[in-house]
Amino acid sequence: MEEKTTPTRYRLHLMVCAGTACVSNRSFEIKEALEKELKKQGLENEVLVVTTGCNGFCERGPLLVVQPGNIFYQQLTVKDIPYLVEEHFLKGRPVQKLMYTPPEEKKPIPVLNDIDFFKKQVLIALRNRGLIDPEKIEDYIARDGYRALVKALTQMTPEEIIEEIKKSGLRGRGGAGFPTGLKWEFVRLASPANGGLKYLVCNGDEGDPGAFMDRSILEADPHSVIEGMVIGAKAIGAQQGYVYIRNEYPLALKRLTLALEQAREYGLLGKDILGTGFDFDIKVARGAGAFVCGEETALLASIEGRLGEPRPRPPYPAQRGLYGQPTCINNVETWANVPVIINRGAEWFSKIGTKTSKGTKVFSLVGKINNTGLVEVPMGITLREIIFEIGGGIPGGKEFKAVQTGGPSGGCIPKEKLDLPIDYESLTEAGSMMGSGGMVVMDEDTCMVDVAKYFLSFTQDESCGKCTPCREGTKAMLDILERITKGEGTEEDLQLLEDLAVSIKETALCGLGKTAPNPVLTTLRYFRDEYLTHIRDKKCPAHVCRDLNVYTIDEKICLEVGHGCDVCRRNCASEAIIGEKNQPHRIIQEKCIKCGVCYDVCKFGAVKVD
Amino acid sequence: MPKLTIEELEKLRERAKKATFLRETTDYRAKITVHMGTCGIAAGAREIMNAFLQELQARDITDVLLTNSGCAGLCSREPMATIEIKGQAPVKYVDLTPEKVKQIFEKHVLGGEIVQDYALGIGSEKTDY
Repeated sequence: MEEKTTPTRYRLHLMVCAGTACVSNRSFEIKEALEKELKKQGLENEVLVVTTGCNGFCERGPLLVVQPGNIFYQQLTVKDIPYLVEEHFLKGRPVQKLMYTPPEEKKPIPVLNDIDFFKKQVLIALRNRGLIDPEKIEDYIARDGYRALVKALTQMTPEEIIEEIKKSGLRGRGGAGFPTGLKWEFVRLASPANGGLKYLVCNGDEGDPGAFMDRSILEADPHSVIEGMVIGAKAIGAQQGYVYIRNEYPLALKRLTLALEQAREYGLLGKDILGTGFDFDIKVARGAGAFVCGEETALLASIEGRLGEPRPRPPYPAQRGLYGQPTCINNVETWANVPVIINRGAEWFSKIGTKTSKGTKVFSLVGKINNTGLVEVPMGITLREIIFEIGGGIPGGKEFKAVQTGGPSGGCIPKEKLDLPIDYESLTEAGSMMGSGGMVVMDEDTCMVDVAKYFLSFTQDESCGKCTPCREGTKAMLDILERITKGEGTEEDLQLLEDLAVSIKETALCGLGKTAPNPVLTTLRYFRDEYLTHIRDKKCPAHVCRDLNVYTIDEKICLEVGHGCDVCRRNCASEAIIGEKNQPHRIIQEKCIKCGVCYDVCKFGAVKVD
Repeated sequence: MPKLTIEELEKLRERAKKATFLRETTDYRAKITVHMGTCGIAAGAREIMNAFLQELQARDITDVLLTNSGCAGLCSREPMATIEIKGQAPVKYVDLTPEKVKQIFEKHVLGGEIVQDYALGIGSEKTDY
């Protein structure tokens, strides 16, 4: 190993966020501009620029955190950089106008920890967030990386590792919440057929709309997943592992591949790990983006090069998995938790969370919410805390309507349940599920029938077609929802929807099919009125279902306020609006295609929708 | 790069921690603030900053925070620096040169003894940050 003297002493580290969201907001250009400007000011030996994984506060990207001091700069542009470098990094005057100011407040908050978005978060899976360069293994090692591995390889027997994980209460973070230690024990005790090998798999096939936890972890801290997997391999006795990752995640793929190479170079992966005689290596399997491949048996088929279709369980992968051998499959976030549990102990971990759900959960907070981003919170926190404190509430003063958790397998949770403490059981009881951690917030402008239709059309699209309930049943349900949103539904349809939902749940082959009706069932449970308004009154209260909208012009407002400005008539593609300039205008209903353009272009509020 | 043994991994960790401690340490034994207003820079504050940085680098010190701030208001006595040992009142030094920095560093930052000859006074004005 290259022995050098003390590393260069800088006085500042500038942590530039290079998660996918910030990168698409051109954070690499920010980095280049910083380096150029620092050089120009002769500060390149005093100030270091570091690229990190996702900081979480994606809404405000591109982001920069200045260390020491945790000074948080946001929504940076290349134009801001010369001023920022001169003022703050050269002259020591932090730049207020580039700091975060909460909506409706005037004073900026300089320090990251003082910002509401970050205050209530507890970081375990995201423990290295914003502190390391994911492409440098040394940064991970500095944060106690691979210390748990040393402990597991030298001080613990496989049984002790499994016992520790069992005691910690860690459950699968992919959504179903199966106890991780128990799964490991099953694989440990299973015997490979014909003297074969046991396998270990990381499921990185994140497919729920709006979910990006696993991608962010792989991008920000790939070594935490690798370390977790090597520890798992020792526990179950596997020699070969796979990370299944979607090809649509190029940055995650790149950083993971690099991390695997570094780990191999350092002897933390491969033959005779750290000289302890333990062999284990990891291959990357790239998925082509089929949602069903997130289902474990379909995923294993896909790794084997077969069509990504699920098969009936049992036998579970723990008995007969990859190539017919005992296989342990866990989600990205689950693996990232493992090193911390080994390092800090099961007791520490199990003190966080609720009775049945220990530790933390990472959620991607999206939809109608002020602070879009990635958050890690202790189990047992309420939806209200996540949405209104961390998430900063609903933009534009709109009313909260529902939050969708668990993706297409989950459900919509209404306002009345905002104080629900989040854990696996409480979410299931509410008709939804933990899922992998997508959290889509909806406001008053969302039509719940339309939401149910959206998720069902997603599962319908992604259904592999192997079993009839999922292939045909979701299609039949979707047809009904389409009728309802066109004003052609009947009240009997609701009963039919429920009947179909129950039989699909009971008879579908895999988890995807079994849970596909959940979005329909929860919206029927909590928002039945909205369905009935569509059916009885032929109206969509949120004005989302276009076919049910009727546009009219208030002629008085049009003339007196807008002076017959004629903008609507000129923008109407179907020539459904008549009226002379300076005269009131009118819509000919027979010609109107309900595109809503007149409503959008009228500056005077003369166009009404009902 | 050859494979690591456990001892080598721990050595690597120590080195890596030294390269990254700035991102995490919040508890410093002492804080050095170099005043870097336009006046300070014109009077040579950059050199002073470098001199402190070199002392930290040469002695491999990680529990002392080196930072900068704007003009301290006494432009005629620049370059200036404030040294604050944790739990003690801050001390302002004026008319600094790299040689004085060396002495101040050894005596005050390391030894805890104020260098009266170069000190202006004790105390610091309040700032927002």
